Amino acid sequence: MTPILSVDKLSITFTRYSRGLSREEMPSVRELSLTVEPGQVAAVVGESGAGKSLLAHGILHLLPRNAAMSGNILYDGMPLTADRARVLRGREIALIPQGVTYLDPMMRVGEQIRRGRGDEASRARCRAVLSRYGLAAEVEGRYPFELSGGMARRVLIACAVMDNPRLIIADEPTPGLDARSAARILSHFRELAEQGAGVLFITHDLELACTVAHKIVVFRSGQTVEEAASSAFQTGEGLTHPYSRALWRALPKNDFL
Amino acid sequence: MKHRLQFTAKKLVRMALLLLGVSLTAFLLMDASPLDPLQTNIGQAALGSMSPEQIARLEDYWGVNAPAAERYLGWLGDALRGDFGVSLLYRRPVPEVIGQRLSNSFWLLLTAWVLSGGLGLGLGLLAGAFRGRGPDKMIRGCCLVVSSTPAFWLALLLLMVFSVWLKVLPVGLSVPAGAAADSVTLAQRLRHALLPGLTLSVAGAAGIALHTREKVVDVLDSDYVLFARARGEGHILRRHVLRNVALPAITLQFASISEIIGGSVLVEKVFSYPGLGQAAVSAGLGGDMPLLMGITVATAFLVFGGNLAADLLYGIVDPRIRRGAAAG
Repeated sequence: MTPILSVDKLSITFTRYSRGLSREEMPSVRELSLTVEPGQVAAVVGESGAGKSLLAHGILHLLPRNAAMSGNILYDGMPLTADRARVLRGREIALIPQGVTYLDPMMRVGEQIRRGRGDEASRARCRAVLSRYGLAAEVEGRYPFELSGGMARRVLIACAVMDNPRLIIADEPTPGLDARSAARILSHFRELAEQGAGVLFITHDLELACTVAHKIVVFRSGQTVEEAASSAFQTGEGLTHPYSRALWRALPKNDFL
Repeated sequence: MKHRLQFTAKKLVRMALLLLGVSLTAFLLMDASPLDPLQTNIGQAALGSMSPEQIARLEDYWGVNAPAAERYLGWLGDALRGDFGVSLLYRRPVPEVIGQRLSNSFWLLLTAWVLSGGLGLGLGLLAGAFRGRGPDKMIRGCCLVVSSTPAFWLALLLLMVFSVWLKVLPVGLSVPAGAAADSVTLAQRLRHALLPGLTLSVAGAAGIALHTREKVVDVLDSDYVLFARARGEGHILRRHVLRNVALPAITLQFASISEIIGGSVLVEKVFSYPGLGQAAVSAGLGGDMPLLMGITVATAFLVFGGNLAADLLYGIVDPRIRRGAAAG
């Protein structure tokens, strides 16, 4: 099966001015490679500041203008160029961002989910996705500041599934949620994968990744250090890199002490 | 409802304190002024030919001998009863002088206010949308130059170009010199208000444009605009930027009332435009205490009113305040 997304040796570099006018290149992601297949949840696990969000934004060609990207990204077997990304964004590729700051504070939730479309079909679809994630229809009329953290995340997921995306990139969608809400959000990802979408799940939480993902890519200082089936992380066998072994040992159920 | 009442009550108390402070400051500054009202208004030569009795009467008229505290408290007591005194220079009640001057200045100030806001917002949006590229650099450059230029100097420059070189607009005054008051047409008034209005608008627009541009850039860098892009939304500028720039724009627009009024003082002086600003200059230089106090309090009231209007509009525009207040 062709992977829906394949990233090969992706590097992202920032240029910034340090002291006066001398420019400094800051490599943030280095030669990162991974693949996501349809119906699969692939987790990218890395510590904070390892460039995880940049990976998501890079795939979507939404990096800030002082960032440069190199490497190959294939979507559905074909190169994902900036132009192609522009067409696919919001249609076939959906981003599920981190939290409520990704919603316009001045706009009602319903209008944001529908992207301003007011036709009856969009309205019906919007109500359908809201109820799918256990949100009442009245949530449509609320502003983002009137949502709880868990509701905001579910609204963001609702935004993503408005158009039946084939690839979903979820960037740290669970921090700050209690275990039950987090489990619920994760079950939604699993469900989306079962319906045939590829899900790229970006997180810092290895334990969480193990519960939801089919495959785990361990990411450190911008580089892939290990790509393994999540079962490898259940047993600890088959992990080759010292960093991923250390991560595995740090899980509470393993020989943490 | 309770929240609204509390808000209004607080604002009223603050306004009373502000007006008290402003009037006291204006009075102290005036009192510390080295200008002798007799010498300024009557002249050295005329004073020399007067008898000591006449001079004493004039000193009484201009209030030179009364102690400062007594004069201020006297003014304050009268003002609280609604009596703002009689202008010493114009020999008419202060509210009447202010009313007449303000009606001259009103259209000038209003035009400058609306134009500077509109122009500033438009240029700011344009610069923000093109940030880092040609139009942005050009707009920012012009705005920086204009905002580091004193308004009166800009006024002189415009006067030189349009009135002296091109001879297309009048040099000063609000109506043609020598024309009978009832023969003056609206078109003539507009022609005379054009340059002062333009000066004030351009000077005000620069600051607003620079502030708006920064806000536009912030919004464009925000998480929610990134997400909107990630979802393939079009019309980002209209859907997200305009909406989120509206709040700071309202604040800037109403805060600029003070700058427009402050700027009008010098600009009216340059164009000999007989408005409130010019009256303030005459009152200050001529030692006309009641008039200066009246103008100070009236303009402070206008500025306060502008800021209050901005606060109230916030409550209407911003859902966080509107809904939050309704819930709490």
